[in-house]
Amino acid sequence: MSEALFEPIVGRYLRLDLLGKSHRLYVEEAGQGIPLLCLHTAGSDARQYRAILNDPDVTSRFRVIAFDLPWHGKSSPPEGWHLEPEYRLTAADYRAIVTGVAQAMGLDRPVVMGCSIGGRIVLHLALEHPDAFRAVIGLQSGGHVDPYYDTQWLYRPDVHGEVASAVVSGLIGPSATDANRWETLWHYMQGGPGIFKGDLYFYKVDGDIRPRLGEIDVTRCPVYLLTGEYDYSCTPEDTLAAARAIGQGTQAIIMEGMGHFPMSEDPEGLLAHLRPVLDRIVGV
Amino acid sequence: MIGQLAERANADPLLVHRGRFIDTRFLLSVGDRDWLIRILDGRVIDIAEGPFVMPRYTFALRASAADWDAFWSPAPRPGYHDLFALIRFKRLAVEGDMHSFMANLFYFKGLLAKLRRTA
Repeated sequence: MSEALFEPIVGRYLRLDLLGKSHRLYVEEAGQGIPLLCLHTAGSDARQYRAILNDPDVTSRFRVIAFDLPWHGKSSPPEGWHLEPEYRLTAADYRAIVTGVAQAMGLDRPVVMGCSIGGRIVLHLALEHPDAFRAVIGLQSGGHVDPYYDTQWLYRPDVHGEVASAVVSGLIGPSATDANRWETLWHYMQGGPGIFKGDLYFYKVDGDIRPRLGEIDVTRCPVYLLTGEYDYSCTPEDTLAAARAIGQGTQAIIMEGMGHFPMSEDPEGLLAHLRPVLDRIVGV
Repeated sequence: MIGQLAERANADPLLVHRGRFIDTRFLLSVGDRDWLIRILDGRVIDIAEGPFVMPRYTFALRASAADWDAFWSPAPRPGYHDLFALIRFKRLAVEGDMHSFMANLFYFKGLLAKLRRTA
């Protein structure tokens, strides 16, 4: 048995107004320095960033912040949620949530790093709010994903919500340990009814940014893209295409052995690729 | 090889437990060869090889022999490592009433992976 210890991560609830409603969001943070705001994938929560929040090298230089989106993890839906037939995330709402949280916390030009839907929204943020962010890091980031299965299966009373986890299980690459693989899948098993499906509305319908990628000005807001090679949701080809469309020398790093959840499925593998990116942002 | 499915699947108590509510017969199509596989209470209880006249099944999983071979390799390359990866790249077609398949997706992913060759 190992000795009990507290991790350096601190979790708190942030009360703020978003999209015209009062919200209570669960926010975790660790470290000091440049704010690094981390965005989880569709249907999951901020626990995906546990290893980044626990990494002394990162937290010695960055104030790492990860929050659960409304309806996710320990962030409740807003009052009156039961009157909405289905939750659905739009590009405009997602942008407003991320900029709203950054503003409410008084973050000075944070770096924003997101994965999957988070990897998509950082491209929207670089385009629409280039001066509000120091840089964006897109994990499993592409301009668009066409639906490749019927998402109705993700939200119906005669199919258990565990299906969300079974759908994404193959998105994890072979470099993941069993512990990290099943931790990542557990987060999906805990998602609220219809939430993964509602997030995918942004991912597969409303969030298509392909026609506007060339308008991102990386001299105002640098873009870094890192994608796992086993991801068949946002494929390496999708990320390479996004990098080409952004242009201006934007590089995409393809990470061997990894899949769709690098920070959660193989944090050490991700950090090997992420540390040089963070060095560049700090200006080393 | 398909004939080994029952022995391998039924010997895995966790897989059998996952499938404990399943009662279905599905068609597995590997190129031009077909099998009808009957699952009851998480156990493979019958496997019949085609060709069939008027086969009855609830859903079908169809892919080419080469694509299944890549999926069943000991360390499948990206895009061949999961049923949904095969679906994503239009290598695997899931047809028919797939309710049991989707409601028990961990089971069916585990079941088909039982045919993976060991290194």
